[in-house]
Amino acid sequence: MDDKIQNRGGNMENEKKMKEIIFGHSAEKRYSLAIMQDIQREFNYIPREAMETITEYLSIPLSKLYGMATFYKALSLKPKGKYVIKVCDGTACHIRSSMVIVSEMEKLLGIEVGGITPDGLFSIETVNCLGACALAPVMVINGEYYGKLTTQDIVGIIERYKGGEVQ
Amino acid sequence: MSERIVKVCCGTGCLANGSKKVLEALRAEMEKRTIDIEVVPYVKATGCNGLCEKGPIIKIYPDDIAYYHVGLNDVQEIVEKTIVNGEAIEKLLYLDLKTKKRIRSHSEPDFIKKQTKIALRNIGEIDPHDIHDYLAVGGYQALKKVLNISGDDIISIIKKSGLRGRGGGGFPTGVKWETCQKIDRFPKYIICNGDEGDPGAFMDRSIMEGDPHSVLEGMIIASIALNSQNGYIYIRDEYGLALENMHRAIEQAKEFNYLGDNILGSEYCFDIEIVRGGGAFVCGESSALMASIEGKVGEPRAKYIRSAEYGLWGQPTVLNNVETWANVPVILEKGNEWFSKIGSPNNSGTKVFSLVGKVKNTGLVEVPMGITLQEMIFDIGGGIVGDKEFKAVQTGGPSGGCIPKELMHLPVDFDTLEAAGSMMGSGGVIVTDERTCMVEFARYYVAFLAEESCGKCVSCREGIRQILKILTDICAGKGQESDLDLLAVIFETVEKASLCGLGKSAPNPVKSTLRYFRDEYLEHIRDKRCRAGVCKDLTEFYIDESLCKGCGLCKKGCAVDAIDGSKKQPHSINQSKCIKCGNCIDICKFKAVKVR
Repeated sequence: MDDKIQNRGGNMENEKKMKEIIFGHSAEKRYSLAIMQDIQREFNYIPREAMETITEYLSIPLSKLYGMATFYKALSLKPKGKYVIKVCDGTACHIRSSMVIVSEMEKLLGIEVGGITPDGLFSIETVNCLGACALAPVMVINGEYYGKLTTQDIVGIIERYKGGEVQ
Repeated sequence: MSERIVKVCCGTGCLANGSKKVLEALRAEMEKRTIDIEVVPYVKATGCNGLCEKGPIIKIYPDDIAYYHVGLNDVQEIVEKTIVNGEAIEKLLYLDLKTKKRIRSHSEPDFIKKQTKIALRNIGEIDPHDIHDYLAVGGYQALKKVLNISGDDIISIIKKSGLRGRGGGGFPTGVKWETCQKIDRFPKYIICNGDEGDPGAFMDRSIMEGDPHSVLEGMIIASIALNSQNGYIYIRDEYGLALENMHRAIEQAKEFNYLGDNILGSEYCFDIEIVRGGGAFVCGESSALMASIEGKVGEPRAKYIRSAEYGLWGQPTVLNNVETWANVPVILEKGNEWFSKIGSPNNSGTKVFSLVGKVKNTGLVEVPMGITLQEMIFDIGGGIVGDKEFKAVQTGGPSGGCIPKELMHLPVDFDTLEAAGSMMGSGGVIVTDERTCMVEFARYYVAFLAEESCGKCVSCREGIRQILKILTDICAGKGQESDLDLLAVIFETVEKASLCGLGKSAPNPVKSTLRYFRDEYLEHIRDKRCRAGVCKDLTEFYIDESLCKGCGLCKKGCAVDAIDGSKKQPHSINQSKCIKCGNCIDICKFKAVKVR
């Protein structure tokens, strides 16, 4: 499954894109986080090859870089789904039952928070605050907000992504 | 030819509610009609108006008409009636629930009327994309003023104003600047902390999105006082719009020579670079933030020497948060006396809060220090959603604590909140009601801190984990009374043996709930009952037949068809199907759904 995602759009093109991002920054250690963020944004995770290229480019040991990649929450070493479901578990959402939404979503997709569905379509995450507290409980799927959620809403929303109605 | 300006709120709250589509539709609709209207309509996107609950919000000037909950299907009517003829559309105006009257102006509702805006002065009024808008409201005047006075004078004004750091600690800003200024070691750095990691808080984001130039101007003023040439703004990577608007503002400020070499022909040079944060709560701590800018893992260091002396790359550094920076230009423009008259003694000025949770008017509010919690939650906030019973208010984020309803007369300022077992924090105010379990609420914060602890100090890493384990057990009905004594021991260790504020204050959420809501803890432990109906293992919902009117609302709202009953007959809950989501208890209008 990992390969399927990595191969999306062809390996050569990915490698080119990856190098463009890395070499687009000047070779200073302080840009390591920024480079990883850009890679994350493009590929939805940081592939091993990217880590290795950054190590060489910035002359930082891979272990140091690994430390950073696992420390910062915005970075992930595992691929994510085509649709990343971010359920907000900020305080305002939490006291408006966001965890009930999370557990129903887990049941519906058959995966846990942090996991990805076998078809590579969905992954679920909880995030600390989306800052849209007036819409609590709220989730965002690839930039699209869904507010004032109830357990009744989620099946319909997921179906629309599965059916290809929403891109 | 007169001009009519339409301001569409494009803060994150309104955007999530679809305000971008409304903005585009308005522009398209007016494009179609430019020939047959006499006014020159000008639509602009502004930052957050604060009243996120009622978004998307649009305001029309000079008529001073504000519309709430504007949908795409309202656009045509707005253009026809209001923009062409200046007529107000009744159904889109603010409805005052007390008087049942519609209100025309955005400045009229209690939510706005009781606020004093300093840090948020321009937000919702100006277009953050356009430096001319900022200049038109007096922007960069303070900068021009300080170019003619000495650094000592600048610092003296800030000191006398009594401005205290708005990031939570409340350290006097002027004193911080003075410490840094006195050190004769260059280069010096200036940092803006925009890493706002408290869940439920979005004050800083709103300022960066809606009025980026005020933050820049504050930083430039400090650079002149301290003779610094480099500044950094550390912004959470998740804050896409804030990043975009800050970037654009920096470019514009450079074009106008407010930034760059020889600012406005003076000898001062100052540049600002944006650094994106990686989503680590601990990076809101100053020394961790600096480590992160240096390209390291964001771990705090021991601060025997303050960062004003030994900060970024070991150089003298002044770090303030976004809201503090946004206050600086106004203080220099209007004077320290003007500022220190606002607020309460030793707590000058205002504070921005994000008022969220079970409160009716969710949104951003800016109030003078010293306002009571009662005023903030009930007058401005409009009270509790669904008129349920108010329980407590939580301030200070994961490092703060809960304040019960008995103490609602307390004034909101740095010192009072701390004495009550909470803290000001960066400004998140979370309102809770009878459906919030205080044990689970405390557990939530501890789980957050356990996840966010960087792991450097054993006391913090392991201690918080043990607190979490105990609270999780209590919530699952597996707690013992002796756990409460054990907690007290762990608290002491975590507080005393951790390096930074994250660890030192980690027990606060539990300590304050134990102090005011001990009976809820004991109920979980002794009676295996969660009165709020939140802890699933201890909850069973049932319908009181004598109160149920058989309206069917709960049945319709149940996701798993666990509610049976025919119309106008008492309903009942099938326990084997119930997933305890609590939807029925929240929507029942007759309080017929109860927790066993």
